[in-house]
Amino acid sequence: MTGMGSIQQFEVRLGDIASARSGDKGNAVNIGVIANTIEIYRHLQEMLTSDVVDRFLKPLGGSPCKRYELPNLMILNFVIPNALGGGGSRSLRIDSQGKALGQVILEMKIPVHAKIFHAIHSVETKEALHAR
Amino acid sequence: MASKVKIGNAQGFWGDNIDAPARLVAQQPDLDYLTLDYLAEVSMSIMAIQREKDPTLGYAVDFIDVIRSLAPFWKKGSKVKVVCNAGGLNPVGCARACQMALREAGCLGKRIAVVTGDDIIDNLKDAPERSYFNHMETGARLSSILPTIVTANAYLGSKSIATALRQGAEIVITGRVADPSLVVSCCIAHFGWNLGDYEKLAGATVAGHLIECGTQVTGGLYSDWLDIEDPADIGFPLVEMGSNGSFVVTKPPNTGGLVNRKTVVEQLIYEIGDPSRYLSPDVTVSLNALAVSEIGQNRVAVTNAIGSPPPDTLKVCATYRDGYRAEGTLTIFGKHAVKKAKRCGEIIIDRVRKAGYVLDKTLIECLGTGACAPSILSQEDLYETVLRVTVADVRKEAVLRFSKEVAPLVTSGPPGVTGYTSGRPKVRPVVGYWPCLIPNEEVFPSVTLLEVS
Repeated sequence: MTGMGSIQQFEVRLGDIASARSGDKGNAVNIGVIANTIEIYRHLQEMLTSDVVDRFLKPLGGSPCKRYELPNLMILNFVIPNALGGGGSRSLRIDSQGKALGQVILEMKIPVHAKIFHAIHSVETKEALHAR
Repeated sequence: MASKVKIGNAQGFWGDNIDAPARLVAQQPDLDYLTLDYLAEVSMSIMAIQREKDPTLGYAVDFIDVIRSLAPFWKKGSKVKVVCNAGGLNPVGCARACQMALREAGCLGKRIAVVTGDDIIDNLKDAPERSYFNHMETGARLSSILPTIVTANAYLGSKSIATALRQGAEIVITGRVADPSLVVSCCIAHFGWNLGDYEKLAGATVAGHLIECGTQVTGGLYSDWLDIEDPADIGFPLVEMGSNGSFVVTKPPNTGGLVNRKTVVEQLIYEIGDPSRYLSPDVTVSLNALAVSEIGQNRVAVTNAIGSPPPDTLKVCATYRDGYRAEGTLTIFGKHAVKKAKRCGEIIIDRVRKAGYVLDKTLIECLGTGACAPSILSQEDLYETVLRVTVADVRKEAVLRFSKEVAPLVTSGPPGVTGYTSGRPKVRPVVGYWPCLIPNEEVFPSVTLLEVS
């Protein structure tokens, strides 16, 4: 498993390589995804397109997703109109303001290069050793 | 004039920790300004309901308790000034209550300013056909909800608050203002910035955005939340603003939580649309060159906000009555818990239908199965779930009928049905949110000064 050709052979949770925060604007939700490193940001720029996010969150009923890029802060910001079932006061959903959707997106599986995969893997090993 | 001004926030919404303002002032005695943000999108309608019952109300009544809690500090010589939007629908009533509380506390001579002019409901009622008043998201015409409109307030900017502070006000009470403007106005008053200094206003707007939700920047909602120290005593945030608009985000010493690059960046993107065009009544902000860096423990520097002129319209937050809703919950434990819970939900809706009401909107959720991510991340093989049934209808009686159909499942439902202790679901009015615009030149903010004597 060498070289960049191995990209499809590894998968991680988005939450292993990024963090997220979500909130509402009326019936739209914004989900900011913050990459842990600039290398991961570049990778997510390629993999985490607005189409991919739209497909993942399709059951919410909102669309089309628009993506904004902030490389200076390693943030990809996704804005999805009509995703909250009516918004803050009118939505019947338990998560009427989309506060949980940042955590939802972190459960997405992202194909990664061997290098990113092993970097996470080595951090996890270190944490496990530390815990002992 | 000091080269830095310290501005804190100790109230991120109406219902936040009521001890926070006094604690922040005690923990950070050199604080120059204390900002308190009370108004969410639908707060005005809650205030409208309260004002209907008592015309002296219609503001964030918690704020009067906050003022009482701050009085001892002022009597001991604290110079901290308070800037808040607690006035809601009735800033003058709020200021009078505040004046009375300070009089009773013996804080004589204190100067209170009231900013009014945000209430523009008559503009909407007079010309509902204007395209400015169409719903910003859906494009729907205002006339469709005009008969049920309750409130309409323009988001005012910093100018009037800054004027009030420059005239010597020590407490400024507003109705609807743009949340970051609470901070921006303090900077304008302190540094004497020109209203055309867009780079500086942009920096202060970012600062205001970062602290307006209180502890969301000091460890609240933080990705590594489980690791934060002393979360029960989480500190509220403050910014140390420089005269050029760059600033440091921090929190008082010896408080819980933390401020690091990640807590700041995560809050920065909270409720942001296009980050190259963050609109406020003061300035249009771009975050495209913003730099965020840790410069010490619990100290994060933020520089390079880009500013350009604000739009020629103000955003308006209007609210309207939109029927009634209620939600009922039951806990189900045992094998096939989720299947049983769903059936209970269907029985409830069916019984309401048989009683003569086809409800406008119904939703059956099984909490624990991934209800926050419906059909995205589901886990149905559970031994325990909380059934949540939520309904909405224009007819109050239909929702009332629903509220009576939840409890009967306690004896007619599956084995292991429990958790019914909070009584019948409460029937509540639904407040619809109607965001629209109004040209700047049609809104006339004004400032009134009161003295505590």
